Amino acid sequence: MKAWFWHHLDAAATTIARLARTPVATLLNLGVIGVALALPVGLYVALDNLRGLARTLASDPQLSVFLALDAGRSEVEKTRARLKQHPGVREARFVPRDQALKELKASTGLGDVADSLPQNPLPDAFVVLPRDRAPEVMEKLRDELAAWPGVTHVQLDTAWARRLEAGLKLARLAVGLLATLFAFALVAVTFNTIRLQILTRREEIEVSKLIGATDPFIRRPFLYFGALQGLAGGIAAWLIIWIGVQLLNGALVELAQLYDTRFELRHLSLEDSLSLLAFSAGLGWFGSWLSVSRHLAQIEPR
Amino acid sequence: MISLSQVTKRYPGGHEALRGVSLTVETGEMAFITGHSGAGKSTLLKIMAAIERPTSGSVIVNGQNVGAMRARAVPFLRRKFGLIFQDQKLLFDRTAFDNVMLPLAVIGFDRREAARRVRAALDKVGLLAREKANPVTLSGGEQQRLAIARAVVHRPAILVADEPTGNLDAAHSAEIGELFRSFNQVGVTVVIATHDEAFAARLKPRLIALSGGRIA
Repeated sequence: MKAWFWHHLDAAATTIARLARTPVATLLNLGVIGVALALPVGLYVALDNLRGLARTLASDPQLSVFLALDAGRSEVEKTRARLKQHPGVREARFVPRDQALKELKASTGLGDVADSLPQNPLPDAFVVLPRDRAPEVMEKLRDELAAWPGVTHVQLDTAWARRLEAGLKLARLAVGLLATLFAFALVAVTFNTIRLQILTRREEIEVSKLIGATDPFIRRPFLYFGALQGLAGGIAAWLIIWIGVQLLNGALVELAQLYDTRFELRHLSLEDSLSLLAFSAGLGWFGSWLSVSRHLAQIEPR
Repeated sequence: MISLSQVTKRYPGGHEALRGVSLTVETGEMAFITGHSGAGKSTLLKIMAAIERPTSGSVIVNGQNVGAMRARAVPFLRRKFGLIFQDQKLLFDRTAFDNVMLPLAVIGFDRREAARRVRAALDKVGLLAREKANPVTLSGGEQQRLAIARAVVHRPAILVADEPTGNLDAAHSAEIGELFRSFNQVGVTVVIATHDEAFAARLKPRLIALSGGRIA
């Protein structure tokens, strides 16, 4: 058990030493992996920020609940009470039909037209602020309220929210595709690095096999190498993103000041950062595993 | 310890290196396989050490049938051997010490015990003072002795050497011969392939003469 532990520690240490022995090649490899990972992850960060921004910009979407034209006082009160008790409603404001007409006259400049009407064509209405602003939830609320007695129509403007959601969905898909492509690139880079290493260490592998080394023993340092290289590439990608966000934030502060708002890009969350590192290390391991499995069998002592 | 029966080895292309070879090497024996180059000496050694498999016939080492052995079990069989090659197969990217350390690292030996054994093996072949040297800087005789140290460091039951004196002068050959004799005296089975008749005659071992892939 102890020997096994030492052996693994040894493999990790020699791997780091090997990475350090060829600093230029190592840095170039890490750069390639870092950039390859930084592109999809950077897009992901941008998307994440855009979604946050969209949330704050979506200034309180509302539902307008119109009652029947001939609704009496008791019906208004009943509806008000029901709305107040509804768990999905944050706030409900009553707009009497007379006030609605006044607002119409004042705000739209249709005063003359409104004046010429024989009677007020507007019904009593409630403006409802939902507790949850997700489009699906609001649509459900709309359908529910529309079925209430005394309610003739519920107006909900979610079209733009839907569009945004659809756009973000498309962008997420693009990020996914890009991530897949670059994950493949990472595997390919590792595959090739390991292939070259196996070629240069051919003699060592041959001798090791001759003196009774098992395949897992021979494979182990290469797997360590792949995983460590992937991990270091992941760290490089993380740094690229961090520096990028940091730089953009510097410029954004000025821009936001001109618009009199505060806006700051968010960094990768801890969870996402750890996922990135685990993912890149895993891919590096996988690439080297493919390479070692493919090339090791070709080296048989003669 | 090693028992071959009706072993034939045919290489792709049809060349028959061994034809129906049967022989037994007992535990603790010292056997020399002699013959001209191309007689099949190297092939015979490789088949004994499970580096190559016979085309037909059976090879039994330490009670295990090598021909029927699963690939995963082969490394563990090889650990019973100490192998010495004509071209030594030393690694020039590390010190003499680390070269000798390799078999123990492969087995997963405790580190401190391993270092002690490596020094003991280097001492035995008279290279203790050169433990930090790169094998490139060693002379031909020293390189061969380093290869021997690597072959014996894990205390194998069987020592197999292919032309161990191939490039050495008489004085160095005698030195190497004494080393093999001393290992044999402590119970190690020794099988050596050589065409160096003076070397063979000096140690008075059992001689197995090969000619054209057959035992002459």
